Amino acid sequence: MSTAELTLTEDGIPLKEKLAKTTALQRRRALLLTLPLVIFLVVSFVFPIGQMLFSSVHNDKVSAVVPTFAEAIIQWDGEGLPSEQIFEIFVKDLAAAKKVREIGRTVGNMATRINYEMPGSRSLFTSTARKAKKIEAPYKENLIKVNKKWANPTIWLTMQRAARDITPAFYVAALDLKYDENGDIVRADELYQIYLNNFIKTLGVSALITLICVVLAYPVAYLLSVLPLRQANLLMIMVLLPFWTSLLVRTTAWIAILQTEGVINDMLVFMGFISDDGRIQMIYNQTGTIIAMVHILLPFMILPLYSVMKTIPPTYMRAALSMGAKPLYAYRKVYLPQTLPGLAAGTLLVFILAIGYYITPALVGGEDGLLISNLIAYHIQKSLNWSLGAALGTLLLAVVLILYWLYNKLIGIDKLRFG
Amino acid sequence: MKKIINKTLISSAVIATLAFSSAQADDITVVSWGGAYTKSQVEAYHKPWMAQTGNTVVSEDYSGGLAEIKAQVEAGNVTWDVVDVELSDAIRGCDEGILEVIDPSILPAADDGTAAADDFLPGSIHECAVANIIWSTLIAFDTTKYSTAPTTMADFFDLDKFPGKRGMRKSPKAMLEMALMGDGVPANEVYDVMSTEAGIARAFAKLDTIKDSVVWWEAGAQPPQLLADGEVSMTIVWNGRIFNAIASEGQPFGLIWDGQIYDLDLFVIPKGSKNLDAALDFVTFATGTQPLADQASWIPYGPTRQSSIAKIGTFHSDASINMVDHMPTTAAAMKNALQNDFEFWADNQDQLNERFNAWLTK
Repeated sequence: MSTAELTLTEDGIPLKEKLAKTTALQRRRALLLTLPLVIFLVVSFVFPIGQMLFSSVHNDKVSAVVPTFAEAIIQWDGEGLPSEQIFEIFVKDLAAAKKVREIGRTVGNMATRINYEMPGSRSLFTSTARKAKKIEAPYKENLIKVNKKWANPTIWLTMQRAARDITPAFYVAALDLKYDENGDIVRADELYQIYLNNFIKTLGVSALITLICVVLAYPVAYLLSVLPLRQANLLMIMVLLPFWTSLLVRTTAWIAILQTEGVINDMLVFMGFISDDGRIQMIYNQTGTIIAMVHILLPFMILPLYSVMKTIPPTYMRAALSMGAKPLYAYRKVYLPQTLPGLAAGTLLVFILAIGYYITPALVGGEDGLLISNLIAYHIQKSLNWSLGAALGTLLLAVVLILYWLYNKLIGIDKLRFG
Repeated sequence: MKKIINKTLISSAVIATLAFSSAQADDITVVSWGGAYTKSQVEAYHKPWMAQTGNTVVSEDYSGGLAEIKAQVEAGNVTWDVVDVELSDAIRGCDEGILEVIDPSILPAADDGTAAADDFLPGSIHECAVANIIWSTLIAFDTTKYSTAPTTMADFFDLDKFPGKRGMRKSPKAMLEMALMGDGVPANEVYDVMSTEAGIARAFAKLDTIKDSVVWWEAGAQPPQLLADGEVSMTIVWNGRIFNAIASEGQPFGLIWDGQIYDLDLFVIPKGSKNLDAALDFVTFATGTQPLADQASWIPYGPTRQSSIAKIGTFHSDASINMVDHMPTTAAAMKNALQNDFEFWADNQDQLNERFNAWLTK
């Protein structure tokens, strides 16, 4: 086709080009409308999660405090004790660092970092730093005179590891592993293992909660979908009312009901089923966590199920029955497959919410009802080991993504329907 | 017309800004542990300071730890001006550079002219902190549950002789020390024993013997409530809280001072406080002789100035209770007492917390 044959607009540009230009402009404008959401997602989702991923492998508390020493110790071959020269750099860096009061660059920050990997060494740094100004040559000998712990090669190996800003150390800790005195990664002593067991427990508890939710929600959702509008609305309000009530109110209500001096125990004692000394412990343990969380997450199962069941014409079941299928068979072959998308959505929703649930286990979980999110919160709020908290958070995220992938493989994410 | 409106707008904006900034300059936020303890500080420190300076104190509660201070300082948005912290947190916060340095020379001399450095008890002035009280962790029990009263730390761990549930703080700090003292280690040897792996194992083994009967608490207001509700018959508790339950509410509780662990609470100023001068003024005022003595008439936490101890009066609502007799520092209470070793905990708390948490869920 030659240019002459093209339809031109008034200003001599081919119509096709002009049209493409205008639609592109329109599309760009439409895209502009989504900009607030995109910015919001970047600011509130991509950035913090990226930050978390980064801080789980990045910790510069050694190289920021004693920069010259950090460079020197990385070159060390790890045999015996470092050279006199490295000792000298260390003492001088430490003396200089003692004067710094900038956040994240103090001797205390470094001491805390080393103490994660070598418990009990924190005061070694803070007390030596106080004397560092007065330490003179020969540095190796005099530093060991200040504190004989400096003669232990393990502390220098630990510092060498920590001098690198990018470190796997926090994943090592999060997986219940540790570095031994030669710097090899080994399993942590059984007395100190908490995270892996807790991950497994979190998955187990979440699976159980999801299962209970399915068993409880399925009949309710069915009832909702077949009842006449008036009764269905009433029932719907009963489902939604707790859903609209504050999480804290609902959780504390469970405390009032379930505690040993609570409503249920009082009634059981009153009716003589149990003695006053034999009150049942139903809260501040795993049972309490499961009961309260099932209650809180139940609407997330009922609503997707209901919205799917609502769209299934009752004629299908009737047809199956009229053609001679037994009720159970008809249900299994006709009804159940049609509710699968809702069931899948509800299961995924409840399970993923449960796996990261924090406030309810914290309030009613006692000791054995704590989930992995509570341990993450502990490291963010109490121990202030944000890097370990970030590593645990990243592992949790990875577990969720793997589950999502598995789910997609087994059921197919396109089957997911919320209504 | 437009001009007039503009003028009014500008002038009212100016007035508003002026009013706002002047109000802000004098407002400080003082953060403490809540309940009867904060009440004592409001009465003895906040009110007199506000009357004297015309400034306002906003009182907030928290449950200890450095997390909020760290978050505020790192975000560059410090809204707390003065915080009441435990010794180990004061040292750690100072080490990590999230607290302002407090020059000890600004602390006023005692009423009788003794210099502040000599007047304060040893160890109560630090680079970034000034202590205001000595408090104690000890055992309280329900007197109605036992015909013969328990008297020692060993009794706390003796479920045969003194049956019933026990309340303990959900933290290895102080609980491990108490377990060792309950196992017969004298107070002055506790930290030597704890510095060995075998000593820690011994402490956990002792805790194992009562683990099934323990109700764990986290906030200081819980243990008196647990005792009052009959959920436990003996509990570890902070001495001020339990005293208030006995003196104000007339609860039938007894105290065991044997094996008590005492510690300091200190005032610190988060780095970057927007009202640094007012905050410093508050700290120097509150740790003066008279305010320290006054707070002791609201709650039996010992003042950290020698000159204040002589001025301690009676309980604010009951003149028959001599507060000096209920302090953790009386001779009787100090017979077998342990001072919390902040350095041991600064070194070992991460590791011991992990082990404690693992032990709890087993």
